[in-house]
Amino acid sequence: MRRESLWAWALILPALVMLMAFTHWPAVATLWDSLYSTPRGSRPPVFVGGANFRDLLDDPVFLTVLINNAWYAAVTIPASVALSLLMALSVNTALPGRSLVRMAYFTPTILPMIAVANIWLFFFTPDYGLFDQILSVFGGGRHNWLGQMSTALPAMMAVAVWKEAGFFMIFYLAALQSMPPDLAEVGRLEGSSRWSFFWRVTWPLLMPTTLFVMVNAVINAFRLIDHVVVMTRGGPNNATNLLLYHIYETGFRFWDTAAAATMTVVLLVVLAVIAGLQFGLLGRRAHYR
Amino acid sequence: MSTRALEIVATWVLAILWVSPLVYAVWTAFHPSAYATHFSLLAPWTLANFAHAWEAAPFARYFLNTTLLVGVVLVAQFALCTPAAFAFARMTFRGRDTVFALVLLQLMVAPDVLLVANYRTMARLGVVDTIFSIALPYLGSAFGIFLLRQTFRQVPQELDDAARLEGSSLLGRLWRVYVPLARPTYLAYGLVAVSYHWNNFLWPLVITNSVTTRPLTVGLSVFASTDQGIDWSIITAATLMTSGPLLLAFLLFQRQFVASFMRAGIR
Repeated sequence: MRRESLWAWALILPALVMLMAFTHWPAVATLWDSLYSTPRGSRPPVFVGGANFRDLLDDPVFLTVLINNAWYAAVTIPASVALSLLMALSVNTALPGRSLVRMAYFTPTILPMIAVANIWLFFFTPDYGLFDQILSVFGGGRHNWLGQMSTALPAMMAVAVWKEAGFFMIFYLAALQSMPPDLAEVGRLEGSSRWSFFWRVTWPLLMPTTLFVMVNAVINAFRLIDHVVVMTRGGPNNATNLLLYHIYETGFRFWDTAAAATMTVVLLVVLAVIAGLQFGLLGRRAHYR
Repeated sequence: MSTRALEIVATWVLAILWVSPLVYAVWTAFHPSAYATHFSLLAPWTLANFAHAWEAAPFARYFLNTTLLVGVVLVAQFALCTPAAFAFARMTFRGRDTVFALVLLQLMVAPDVLLVANYRTMARLGVVDTIFSIALPYLGSAFGIFLLRQTFRQVPQELDDAARLEGSSLLGRLWRVYVPLARPTYLAYGLVAVSYHWNNFLWPLVITNSVTTRPLTVGLSVFASTDQGIDWSIITAATLMTSGPLLLAFLLFQRQFVASFMRAGIR
């Protein structure tokens, strides 16, 4: 038994060391850094306790960024989940050109976010971008989609939903295809309408998939900010600034590592809460093991 | 019956709407700039935009960098995750469940989020601005360990016992019994990993600083933001070019791709 233990540890150690070095250790180091001041020149970091967190609460940009990210999550998550379910349901029927339709839905997820951002940047261009061209047919004027406070964040949301929905569709499709076909048969015999059948049978059965997809959508809402870097750099006036982008700017453009660490701690807390929710909701389902 | 017809039409409308940004990008990339925002069936097709983009930035080098990066990540992840997954799946030792829970933490807190601290680690190791440093944080992959563990657990114990009776060592059984049976999982995981790292952007943007290390995504962003101003035809051509290999692979192996992503996602 002890020999087996030694073997097991030997097999696990290489991967574990890498994981610890670049996930667990930096997380702990970040927490540590958030309690110290940023080293400047010859001045070493000083222990400041909760001062960095207090500064954060007084920082209007940070609050704007939090609110932006909350809106961004609140819109993109339900929108992409609902669309992906709709896509999966529509592709899960006998449909002429079914694989073509499925491909049309799925292809955007294969592209790098940065490529997606480049393409959409072009669409949002004032005057000769796609959207202004379409609107001009109906007599619309010039729109600076990414340059206006009111439209910039919604534009970014549209990009994220376009990129993401097809990916989630795959998981719904897998779940739908593993459902016993006699269920639909029973529903038909019972004479229940498709609408009520969906809500009474299909939707509850899809719940584990929905939770799984939701968790992924939440993580992406806080982690995937490539399009912000390319399309707006957080502007105009922080209208599209999201938490991770703000961390990136603070850490690598202003080199304020203490503030960046403090905000990273906030982000880690958000992710931890989501992880906790996932564990609570999914933990007991057969889904995991 | 007519509601069914209506549904089919609606499905197709959504599909066309969904793919139209891509179709539009292809149109722009393959036509002269004058037609970038101006549709005409008579517009001449051209490859000039691609040629321009290829000459204007060191894309050949970026392709090489990305290929190297993806290769390193893939080989190292397989080599590190396989033994770990085997130990978690088929061996008993104290603290197994605790360690496994620690591993799973990475599913939630990806290295992407810990940019600042990881950058400092790289600086201490003296590897900033190397292809190795782009790959390093991702080499131990919780996702890979998890996926392979699930697969290894489903290997019938009798096969393992039979190999043991024949005198196979632990590593011999892992290599000759488990790994071959997990081939579909390796394919699935490989495809997911390749597309993740081909497309990854933020960490490479932070850690690289020169032509010889930049992957395609970072190279493309540098190209689009500085070199080209607003010639959308060339930028779109570069965009399609950089995602081309992956897109082409997807179109050719569509079924495997979709099946792989499904397999990787059911957990």
